[in-house]
Amino acid sequence: MLMSIPMLLYVILFAYVPLGGWVMAFQNFRPRFGVGPIRNLIEAEWVGLAHFRTLLDTSGHTGARFIRALTNTVGQSLLTLVVGTISAIVLSLMLHEVRQTGIKRFIQNILYLPHFLSWMIVTVLVSMALALPVSGGIINDVLLALRIIREPIQFLAEPRYFWGIVAGANLWRNLGWNTIIYMASMTAIDPNLYEAASIDGANRYRKMWHITLATIRPTIILLIIMNIGWLLASGFEIQFFLGSGPSIARAENIDIFVLRFGIEQHNFGLATAAGVFRTGVSILLLLAANLVAKLMKQETLF
Amino acid sequence: MESNAVNKKRKNHFNLKRLQAESVIFHTINYLLLIGLCVIMLYPMLNTLALSFNDGLDAVRGGIRLWPRRFTLNNYETLFSVPTVFPAFRISIYRTIVTVITNLVFTSMLAYAISRPEYKLGKPIALIVVITMYFNAGLIPHFILRQSLGLLNTFAVLWFPSMISAFNLIIIRTYMKSLPESLVESAKLDGSGDFGIYVRIIMPLCKPVLATIALFVAVGAWNEWFDAFIYNSARPDLEVLQGVLRQFLAAAMAHAAGGGGGHAAAAAAAAGAPVLATPLTLRAAITIFTALPILLVFPFLQRYIVHGMTLGGVKE
Repeated sequence: MLMSIPMLLYVILFAYVPLGGWVMAFQNFRPRFGVGPIRNLIEAEWVGLAHFRTLLDTSGHTGARFIRALTNTVGQSLLTLVVGTISAIVLSLMLHEVRQTGIKRFIQNILYLPHFLSWMIVTVLVSMALALPVSGGIINDVLLALRIIREPIQFLAEPRYFWGIVAGANLWRNLGWNTIIYMASMTAIDPNLYEAASIDGANRYRKMWHITLATIRPTIILLIIMNIGWLLASGFEIQFFLGSGPSIARAENIDIFVLRFGIEQHNFGLATAAGVFRTGVSILLLLAANLVAKLMKQETLF
Repeated sequence: MESNAVNKKRKNHFNLKRLQAESVIFHTINYLLLIGLCVIMLYPMLNTLALSFNDGLDAVRGGIRLWPRRFTLNNYETLFSVPTVFPAFRISIYRTIVTVITNLVFTSMLAYAISRPEYKLGKPIALIVVITMYFNAGLIPHFILRQSLGLLNTFAVLWFPSMISAFNLIIIRTYMKSLPESLVESAKLDGSGDFGIYVRIIMPLCKPVLATIALFVAVGAWNEWFDAFIYNSARPDLEVLQGVLRQFLAAAMAHAAGGGGGHAAAAAAAAGAPVLATPLTLRAAITIFTALPILLVFPFLQRYIVHGMTLGGVKE
C-alpha cells in the first residue's frame, strides 16, 4: 500500500507537472544556454495573450500558417472519422453475415494485422503504393488497368489528394481493428430476434437495419463522441514524411506546426500556445458532442 | 377454401426458392468482397517481401508483385552491413524488454493497491490516474520536463517516463476486482502481508491479463520512434530501429524530390537522414526487418485481441 505513494508521485510528475509548462503560452519563453528551465520559466517575460493573438491573426504569416494547420488537422480527422466509421459498420455487418466461425475468424485475423504495424512502416508502404508505375506503385497500376485514369498520377506531388491519402492510410491500418467493438456488441444480439423478424416477413436488409444496426447504435454514438475529442489530432508520420514539397499546403497539421515552431525554431512560447489552444478546443468539442447526444436522448460518455 | 390453401402453399414454396437463390448470391458476393479486402490488407507487405528478395537494378524495371523476379539476398547483406542497423536493433530490443518488465511490475502493483476495498486512497488515486487519459500537456512541456530531469540523450528517456499506463491500470484493476475476495482474506488470516499476497496469490491468478498487456505494451514499445527522435537527437547511438527506417524513408523522399533542393531535402536533413539514394529493394528489406518481430508475435497476439479490447471497453 505504501508503494502506491511513490507511484502516485511518479504519475503526477510525468502527467501533471508538465501542465505547469502551460505558463509558457503566456510568456516570451526561449531556451537559454546555461540557464535551467525552471529559473528560465520564472524569469521569462510575460506577454499575456500575445501568442494566441499571433496564432489567430490571419493577416500575419504565422497566423495564416496556424489556421492552415488547424484546417488541415480538422479536414484530415473528419475525413478519417467519417470514412472510417461508415466502413467499419459496413464491414461489421458483412462479417456478421458469415456463419462459418472458422472462416470468419481467419478473415478477421487478416484484417487486424495492419493495425499492429508501426505508423513508420505504414508510411513506407503508402509511399510505395502511391508511387508511379515505374516504381511499382500498385494504385496507379490498378487505376490504369481499370481505365479510371489515362495518365499515372503523382499522388504525393498534388496537394488536393493529401487529405484522402491520410484517410486512406488510416482506413487501411485501422479498418479491421475498428470492427472489434461493433462485432462484440453484435454477438450479444439474441438470435430469437432474427427468427421472430423472419416470421414477420422481414428480409435480410430489414433485419440488418432494424435489429443489428439498432442494437449497435449506442456503441456507434459513443465511439463518435470519443473520436470527436480527437479531431484536433490527425496523426503525424504520413503528414511529416510524405507531405513535403507542394503537398505541405494540405499536409502540415497542428502536431507538425508545434514541432516546427517549438523544437526546430525554439519558439517555445508560441508552440505551447498552439498546444494549449488544441487541448482547450478538444475538451470543448468533447463536451459539445456529449451535450448534443444528451439532448437527442442518446448514449453519452458522461 | 381448399384451393386457397394449395395456392398459399405454392406461393410459400416459390418464395422459399427465391429466398434460397437470393441467399446464395448474397453470400457469394459477401465472400468475394471480404476476400478482396484481405488481399488489400496483405498485398503491401507481400509486395515488400518480394521486393526485398529481388535484385535492386532489376526491380527498377517495375512489375514485381508477389514473387521476386531475380532472387537475391544482396539487399539483406547490404542492410546488415549498414553500421547503424544492428546497434539500433539492439536498442529497440532493450527498450522493449525494459518497458514490458517495468510496466508489468509497476502498473500491476499499483493496480493491486487501488483494487483493495480497505485502502482509503484507492479511489482518489484511480481518479487522478484516469484523468491523465483525457489530456496531454503537449510536446514542449514534456520536452522541458525531461530536460530538467536530465533525461535528454539517455537510454532512460525511452522507458522511464512510460512505466505506468492509465489504460492498462484500469484493465488490471478490473480483473483483480473480479477475483474471489476470500483468497485475500484467508491469506491475511495466515499472516501474509500485502506484498506477499500480491506476489504469491494475485500475480499468478492475473497471468492471462498480464500476458495480454505484456504483448500490447511490447508492440507499442517496438513501434515507437518519436521519443528517440525528439529527446535523443544528440545521441545517434541510441537510435531505435524504427528511426533507422525513418532515415531510409526520408532519404528516399529527398531523392524523389530531385536530390539537392526543395522542401523534401530539408525535411530529410531535419529528420537526420544521410541524403543519399537508397534503392527501393533496400528500403523493402529494412521494412521487412523492422516488421518481423510484430509478424512473429502476431499469431499469439490475435488470440488476445478481442479479449483485450472487450476488457478495455470497461467504462470508468
